[in-house]
Amino acid sequence: MKDVKVCVLRIEGTNCEDETFQAFASVDASPERVHLKQLLGQCPSDLKRDLGSYDILALPGGFSAGDYVRAGAIFAARMKSGLKKELISFVENSRPVIGICNGFQILVELGLLPAMDGTMSDIPDAALYTNDSGRFECRPTLLKQEKSHKSVFTADMPKGTVVMYPSAHAEGKLMFPKEKEQKMLDRLLENDQVVFRYVDPDGEYAGYPWCPNGSLHNIAGICNPAGNVLGMMPHPERVLRRETHPDWTREEWKEDGDGLSMFRSAVRSVK
Amino acid sequence: MVVAEIRIELKPGVADPEGKNTKKALELLGFKDIKGVRSIKMFEIEMVADPETAKKQCEDMCRKLLANPVIQKFKIDLR
Repeated sequence: MKDVKVCVLRIEGTNCEDETFQAFASVDASPERVHLKQLLGQCPSDLKRDLGSYDILALPGGFSAGDYVRAGAIFAARMKSGLKKELISFVENSRPVIGICNGFQILVELGLLPAMDGTMSDIPDAALYTNDSGRFECRPTLLKQEKSHKSVFTADMPKGTVVMYPSAHAEGKLMFPKEKEQKMLDRLLENDQVVFRYVDPDGEYAGYPWCPNGSLHNIAGICNPAGNVLGMMPHPERVLRRETHPDWTREEWKEDGDGLSMFRSAVRSVK
Repeated sequence: MVVAEIRIELKPGVADPEGKNTKKALELLGFKDIKGVRSIKMFEIEMVADPETAKKQCEDMCRKLLANPVIQKFKIDLR
């Protein structure tokens, strides 16, 4: 069996790299925590890494560069200025890329999502903007899997499946330019790019507090048209085992948490 | 040396929760005459360049990092 190498990429202020590392390690992949400078070659030569040598790229959550300027903007700008070619070829080679929370903000700022007109747009086509509440929202959230066609991350999650992944963010409201909003949403749906939407315990699309941020169409996660780049605000890596679900003692016992299947199917897809 | 003031503000129609919350807080402090509060970000960038080059570079900075055109517009003033 092939050893699946995962690049868990971080800079200063990233703080979910350990859980993300653990997520991939627990599905028999070989993750490595890599600092952006190691990919850019701004480090001693024995620490240098090549993005092309990894099978999966994961952008973990956190507050990269202190969330200054805009959440994820600095991380994205640094990646784009030094790693654009490598990123494009990584995505075009159909390798899975996942961005969680701050990682989703980075993918949007990079132009790797929604990427409706090519692999990477020059300027962002969308924004993840301040929650309607104006506050950091942190609690369990329920998500419905919306993607009709199988993708590397949702292969084991049929359309309509509801999962609990915790949210913890202040800027998670997906927005398109006001004048193009409906048109872009229609295209997103047409392309089968909407992966997760916030729902209430009955599985219905509901407003605050079930949707923590006021996101367009209750969207919690989207992928690129090819389905190999996924960005989402809630944290699947925080529910790898059942004990980290807040209601685990009241539910029928299962070993796996809701988050594990995403990592398992992504790893399986490149084996 | 020139100093560039780069003003980043939300496009019309984009909600401004920070402005709204600040308005509420100010009203709770007893300021009764507030009609609206908008949050605007300003970067002051000192540059060693002629004004024309500085302006061009600032525009590039806005495109590459400082503004997201989906929600924000920018204005550059040199002094």
